[in-house]
Amino acid sequence: MTASHDVLLIGGGGAGLRAAIAVAETNPELSVAVVSKVYPMRSHTVSAEGGAAGVIADDDTLDEHAYDTISGSDWLCDQDAVEAFVQEAPEELLRLEHWGCPWSREPDGRVAVRPFGGMKNMRTWFAADKTGFHMLHTLFQTSLKYDGVRRYDEWFVTKLLVDDGRVHGVVAVELMSGRIEAITAKTVILCTGGCGRVFPFTTNANIKTGDGMSLAYRAGAPLKDMEFVQYHPTGLPFTGILITEAARAEGGWLLNKDGYRYLQDYDLGKPDPHPVLRSMELGPRDRLSQAFEHEVEKGRTTDTPYGPIVHLDLRHLGAKVIDTKLPFVRELCLQYQNIDPVQELVPVRPVVHYMMGGVHTDIDGATPLGGLYAAGEVACVSINGANRLGSNSLPECLVFGARAGRAAAQYAAEAGEPPSAVQAQAEDERRRLERTLADRAGGGERISTIRSEMQQVMEDSAGIYRSQDSLAKGADQLAQLQERFRVADLDDRSRTFNTELTAMLELQAMLDVAETMVQSALRREESRGAHQRTDFPARDDARFLAHSLVHRNPDGSCRVEYLPVTMTRWPPGERVYGR
Amino acid sequence: MADSITLQVTRYRPEEESEPTIQEYDVPLGRQWSVLDGLNYVKDQIDGTLSFRWSCRMGICGSCGMTVNGEPKLTCGAFLTDYAPGPVRVEPLANFPVIRDLVVEIGDFIRKLPSVQPWIVREEERPVSEGEYLQTPEELDDYQQYSMCINCMLCYAACPVYGLDPEFMGPAAIALAQRYNLDSRDEGSRERLDVLIEHEGIWGCTFVGECTAVCPKGVDPAGAIQRYKLTAATETLKSFLLPRGAR
Ligand SMILES: Cc1cc2nc3c(=O)[nH]c(=O)nc-3n(C[C@H](O)[C@H](O)[C@H](O)COP(=O)(O)OP(=O)(O)OC[C@H]3O[C@@H](n4cnc5c(N)ncnc54)[C@H](O)[C@@H]3O)c2cc1C
Ligand code: SF4
Ligand code: FES
Repeated sequence: MTASHDVLLIGGGGAGLRAAIAVAETNPELSVAVVSKVYPMRSHTVSAEGGAAGVIADDDTLDEHAYDTISGSDWLCDQDAVEAFVQEAPEELLRLEHWGCPWSREPDGRVAVRPFGGMKNMRTWFAADKTGFHMLHTLFQTSLKYDGVRRYDEWFVTKLLVDDGRVHGVVAVELMSGRIEAITAKTVILCTGGCGRVFPFTTNANIKTGDGMSLAYRAGAPLKDMEFVQYHPTGLPFTGILITEAARAEGGWLLNKDGYRYLQDYDLGKPDPHPVLRSMELGPRDRLSQAFEHEVEKGRTTDTPYGPIVHLDLRHLGAKVIDTKLPFVRELCLQYQNIDPVQELVPVRPVVHYMMGGVHTDIDGATPLGGLYAAGEVACVSINGANRLGSNSLPECLVFGARAGRAAAQYAAEAGEPPSAVQAQAEDERRRLERTLADRAGGGERISTIRSEMQQVMEDSAGIYRSQDSLAKGADQLAQLQERFRVADLDDRSRTFNTELTAMLELQAMLDVAETMVQSALRREESRGAHQRTDFPARDDARFLAHSLVHRNPDGSCRVEYLPVTMTRWPPGERVYGR
Repeated sequence: MADSITLQVTRYRPEEESEPTIQEYDVPLGRQWSVLDGLNYVKDQIDGTLSFRWSCRMGICGSCGMTVNGEPKLTCGAFLTDYAPGPVRVEPLANFPVIRDLVVEIGDFIRKLPSVQPWIVREEERPVSEGEYLQTPEELDDYQQYSMCINCMLCYAACPVYGLDPEFMGPAAIALAQRYNLDSRDEGSRERLDVLIEHEGIWGCTFVGECTAVCPKGVDPAGAIQRYKLTAATETLKSFLLPRGAR
C-alpha cells in the first residue's frame, strides 16, 4: 500500500490538530491526514497546566504583549512574527472557546485571565490548571467533526521523502502491525513537538524526543537557535513533574533553606506579600533558574538525594484558592511527593522544560525545503528567541498551526503529484528498518545505557551555565556515543508493537538534536536569555543579535550560519524586571 | 522493608506464542517508585522486549492503564510501596483485545467516539469577532466534572456490561456526550439523545457503578449514565405526546 494525501500532518498535539482543522476549513476538497506516534489526545500538549496568553482585558494592549515577549526573548525573536502572534492569539483562543474549551470564567460569564511570569498585564487564559489538557481534548473532539481528516494513530514516522529539494511524504511504521509504509503527500507539516528528553531531568513526556527536528535536519532543512533550552524553575525533585508557574502567579513564594525569598538578591524586585507583575516570583524563567544556581553556590539550598532544592510556599493561599485555581498542583504534590501544599512547603528545582529552537520557518510555517512546513514546539518562527515566556507556547501552537495549515492548503492545491523517485527512497528506508530489526544481534550495548549517558553529557555540558570547556568536552562525548549507538543492540526483533525499536529511532533523533544544541552553543560566544556562558557573561549584540542556523553536511557533521533578527519597532534594550 | 519487589507480568508475543504467559522480574522497591517506574526498570535494565504504553508519567495522558493486582489502574499513579511486600501482578486491561504484552487495542472506543458528537453543536454559529459565549462559573460547574475524562479506558475495563456486550457505547463515551449536553453553549443534546437511545446505549447499563469507582479523575460516568437514562425516559414519554417539531 502507498497512501496518498494532499496535506500530511505529522503530530496530533495542539499544533497538529489546529493545522488539520485549518486545512479542512480552508479547502474541504483536500485530503488531510494526521500521523501520530500516540493517539492524538495523548500528545504532550495534554500536560500543559498554567495557561495561554492572549490580550483580552480592557486595560491591556497588543503592544504590551509584544514588548513583554520581545524583552522576555532578550531581543532574539523576530518582531514581525511577534506582532502577528499577539494580534492573532486572542482570536484563536476565542475560537477555541466557541469550540467548547472550558475556560475558567469571571462571575459575569466572561473569560477569566491570570498573571504569568514576565507578563506586565493579566492576559493568560486558563482552564483551572489543566489548560493544555482541555485545549487538546477540545481540539481532538472538534476535529472528529471533519470527515475529511483521516488519522493514522500510533504510526511512527521515520523519514521524510525528498526529491529535488521538495518534500513529498514520509515513511512510517504502523506500531500495531509493524508494517512499514510510504505515505506520500503534496505537503507535509511537522508538528512533532519538543525534545526535553535529551536531558536527564525534564518536565517533558516520554514522547518528546525531537523526532521532527531530526527528520527535517536530515532532509536538509536547517535548525534554528538550538542552543536555547528553557529550564523551568519549579519541577518536583525526583520525577521532574512540573509545578506550574500559575502557582507563583496566584501568589506562591520561592524560599531558600533559610526561608528567605532569595529572588530579591538577583535584581528581580522587592518582596511584596502579593504577586507583582514582572517582579520577583513573576520574573522570567531564565533569570529565576539562574538565581537558583547562584543560591546553590552560596550554600543556601537544601540537599536531597535528588540534588539541591528550594521550596515553593503556597500555604498562605489557603485551601480554597488552591482547590479552585490550582487543583492539579495539589493532586500532583499529594500523589508524587506525598505532601499537601495547603499545609507544607513544596520542594522544587529547575528542570528542562521547553525548546526555544527548532526547524527554521518563516511566519507562515514554511521551511526552506519546498512542501515542508512546521509549527508548534518543533518549529522556530521565532517568537521565543532566547527565552520563551510562560503561556506563550500554547497560543503559538494555535496561531502558527493555523497559519501553516492555511499556507500548506494553498501550496497543495497548486502542487503536482509526487514523483516516482520517492518510491525508491521509500524502499531504501524500508530495507534500512528491516535490517535494523534483523542485524542488531547480540554483543552491543543497550539503548537505555547510551540514552542515559547522552542525557548526563547534556546536563554536564549544556546545562543552565555553559563554557567552551564544558561544551567542547560534551561534543567529544556525543561523538563517541554516536559511534556506540551504531552498534547498539536490540533485544526485541518482533514487528508487533516493538517499543524497543521506537526507542532506538527516538535515540537516534535525540543524538542528532543533542549535537546541534552543543555545536550551536559552542559558537555563540555571549550570554543571552537561557544561553549563559561563564566565559562570555555579557550579551554581545554586535556579534550575536542573530539566529543561529545549523545545517547538516553530507558527511553528517554540522555547519552553523547566522541570520539577522527581524526588528520592527523595538530596538534592543536592557531587560528590566521588578524595577 | 525489603529493597526489591517482584513484578509478575503478563507476556504475550503473538509472533511467537499462542497463549499469554507470566514472567517474573525483581525490581528495586524505590520509595517514590510507581508501578510504571518498575516496568521501565525492567525494560531498560533487564528485558528490552517488554511492551507497554506510557508517556506523561503524571496521570494526564491516559496511556498507561493496566490491571494491577486485579484492579484497573494508571500505572504511573500506582506506587510499589503500596503493594509491598509483593508480588505485584501486572496484566493488560480487561475487556480489550491484547495486541502484545500489556498493550491493548482501544480502536473500538476511538471508533465509537464520533457517534456521540463530542463537539459543540449550534443552530447558529456566532462569529468569533463577536467575542466569547458568556458562561458563568456555575454553568461551567454543571459539566466540568464530565470534561475531566482522560480516555484512559479504566472504566471500560471495569464495566461488566461492556465485557458482555461490545456494542455498548461505554461509560466514558456517554459521560462525554453528557459533558456537551450540559454545556450552556451547546444545542445538540437532542441529536445525541437519539444516537444513544438507538444504539442500545444507556439501556444496557445496569448501574453497577464500577466505572465511577475505578475512574482516576473523578468523572463519575455512572452518574452521567443515570442522569441520561432519566432524560431519555422522559423524552421518550414526551415523544408520544408531542409532534417532533413542537419540542
Ligand atoms: C509540563 C508542561 C507544562 C506546560 N505548560 C504550558 C503552559 O501552561 N502554557 C504554555 O503556553 N505552554 C506550556 N507548555 C509548553 C507546551 O505545552 C508545548 O510547547 C506544546 O504543547 C507543544 O505542542 P505541539 O503541538 O507542538 O507538540 P506535542 O503536543 O508535543 O505533540 C507532538 C505530536 O507529534 C507526534 N510525533 C512526534 N514524533 C513523531 C513521529 N516520529 N512519528 C509520528 N508522530 C510523531 C506525537 O505523537 C504528538 O502527537 C508546557 C509544557 C510542559 C512540558
Ligand atoms: S471516565 Fe474516568 S476511567 Fe473512564 S476513561 Fe474517562 S478518565 Fe478513564
Ligand atoms: S503515563 Fe500518562 S497517564 Fe500514566
